[in-house]
Amino acid sequence: MQQQRTLFDKIWDAHIVRSSEGYPDALYIDRHFIHEVTSPQAFDGLRKRGISVFNPSRTTATADHNVPTKDQHLPIKEALSRHQVETLRKNCPEFGIELYDLGHPYQGIVHIIGPELGLTLPGMTIVCGDSHTSTHGAFGNIAFGIGTSEVEQVLATQCVLQYRPKTMLIEINGTLGNGVVAKDIILYIISKLSSSGATGYFVEYAGESIRNLSMEARMTICNMSIEMGARGGLIAPDETTFSYIKGRRFAPQGESFDRLVEQWRHLKSDEGAQYDEVLTFEASDIGPMITYGTNPGMGIKVTDRIPALADLKSSSEQTSLSKSLAYMGLEPGTSLLGKAVDYVFIGSCTNARIEDLRLVASMVKGKKKAANVEVWVVPGSKQVENQAREEGLDIIFEQAGFQLRQPGCSACLGMNEDKIPAGKYCISTSNRNFEGRQGPKSRTFLASPLSAAAAAITGKVTDVRELAGAALTSNN
Amino acid sequence: MSKEKFITLVSTAVPMPIENIDTDQIIPARFLKATTREGFGENLFRDWRYNSDETPRNEFVLNDPTYSGKILVAGKNFGCGSSREHAAWSLYDHGFSVVISSFFADIFKNNALNNALLPIQVSDEFLKKIFAAIEKNPKTRLTVDLSQQNVVLEDGSSETFDINAYKKTCLLNGYDDIDYLLSLKDEIKHFELAH
Repeated sequence: MQQQRTLFDKIWDAHIVRSSEGYPDALYIDRHFIHEVTSPQAFDGLRKRGISVFNPSRTTATADHNVPTKDQHLPIKEALSRHQVETLRKNCPEFGIELYDLGHPYQGIVHIIGPELGLTLPGMTIVCGDSHTSTHGAFGNIAFGIGTSEVEQVLATQCVLQYRPKTMLIEINGTLGNGVVAKDIILYIISKLSSSGATGYFVEYAGESIRNLSMEARMTICNMSIEMGARGGLIAPDETTFSYIKGRRFAPQGESFDRLVEQWRHLKSDEGAQYDEVLTFEASDIGPMITYGTNPGMGIKVTDRIPALADLKSSSEQTSLSKSLAYMGLEPGTSLLGKAVDYVFIGSCTNARIEDLRLVASMVKGKKKAANVEVWVVPGSKQVENQAREEGLDIIFEQAGFQLRQPGCSACLGMNEDKIPAGKYCISTSNRNFEGRQGPKSRTFLASPLSAAAAAITGKVTDVRELAGAALTSNN
Repeated sequence: MSKEKFITLVSTAVPMPIENIDTDQIIPARFLKATTREGFGENLFRDWRYNSDETPRNEFVLNDPTYSGKILVAGKNFGCGSSREHAAWSLYDHGFSVVISSFFADIFKNNALNNALLPIQVSDEFLKKIFAAIEKNPKTRLTVDLSQQNVVLEDGSSETFDINAYKKTCLLNGYDDIDYLLSLKDEIKHFELAH
């Protein structure tokens, strides 16, 4: 009876507790991550109903969005932020949930710590009250962001009610060029699909270019699936996946790991499985990317020009472009190359893993930042921070004039102390360039860690391939 | 836990003909620090509503006394970006019960439905018609009938909208998803044991 199925369908089907006509599916959730911002109201809901957490061992908490990235050993200065983190500190023990709090060796951005601790595994269903939960899909699982009411559902029942999304296959064929990394791939795809082009879909990424990527790079790709509207993105697991997981703190060990790997090898779409949409791109068409506007779909190759109004078909698109460019202080039809930047932010759940920091370090080793820029390197987790120090990356950053800070979401979202001032330009490795995203009236250029590092050295938007002596690696 | 029931709504509407309104605009992250669901309306569209010195920006539609009502009408891809349910809470807290657009982002749509805020997707043409009707007469009233699943304008033109039968029942009766999931608790326990 079973047709050929996609990997997405296989995992979804294996987690349906109840599927009734006219109702959304009740989907069992294997792993639930929570943080301080989107969980307090969910815990309150449980209290009001007088119920406990269904299975506390399947939920893991950390503090990341609303934390400072300096002096984390001191109390949080801002009263509301402190209260929110303290509320998490109170809620977790009360409901029996493990919390990796500030100062804990496992603390960090929720989507960085899950994979690095081996909590994120192939074949799972994973949710978190954060849209970038799609990151975990890099391991071949169904991972998506949910709202706080749904966080409460998961805490109360270990299930969420969801409608099955449509499926989309995105294949990237061929080999990436010099200076082109995972962030460029996903910014390129989003620029082709727009910020709503995959709404209603769950994406599977495949093709030679994806297969050749490291796990860190695959996470960068899946992370930004939401930026084209997709609920999530996943990549079938392979040897790269298994060797990343092996030996991680909470991953199964020894024989049980080997047994699981045998099962995980079957986690792939069947030959001939049908997707609702299939898109194919060529790696050779992708160059170092940068965004110019106020949504992640407004991206170009750094060597291209910002679209002119006449390039756009509809008047609503023209209005959107004019509004975005007025906010950004840019002109249609111009090039961004040489545009001076004020800040460089290297961090976020998109690009704050050890491989990202290594890439930046390889680029800036022995060089100094330009005088006009302030550079923040914010590791994604305590483990990343410690490893960066062990590898001596901290010294490279210090000599370059970069600030290496403590782990957190930092300047990705303009919530904690790290904000980009009004009117200033920031080239950022994060995921969103919305108006005010990095602070009221801040202006964001999204780019890869390599392009951000290049801009840190030159003080302006730069084609990384032009920067002499650049160590351009190809598997990130 | 029962929520407010949605009944037929007749109201003037607030037009916001802007596409891709993301949840960072609906409520910027720096206002997500509260630990309750209440009070977010104050900061709805904060950076569009106020200048940096906290004075209101008179040209923004929510500060324009010409427009009012419990219905927000917005350009396509409303609610994209962050999953923050605070976006739905802030719209509801401000007094909106319905958002009409030609396209909604998924997570926002779920969040709205979980908070008795009805997201109504209409065709591009009908959306244009609504904007034109409001432009012609800012006091024009729209009728939203959830049981009939339609939106009716004063000139009699109307369009039906889709809503899942389950969600419709929840909204009409004030049920929420947890009530339903809690009724499956034994099934979930069995599933977990076998999983």
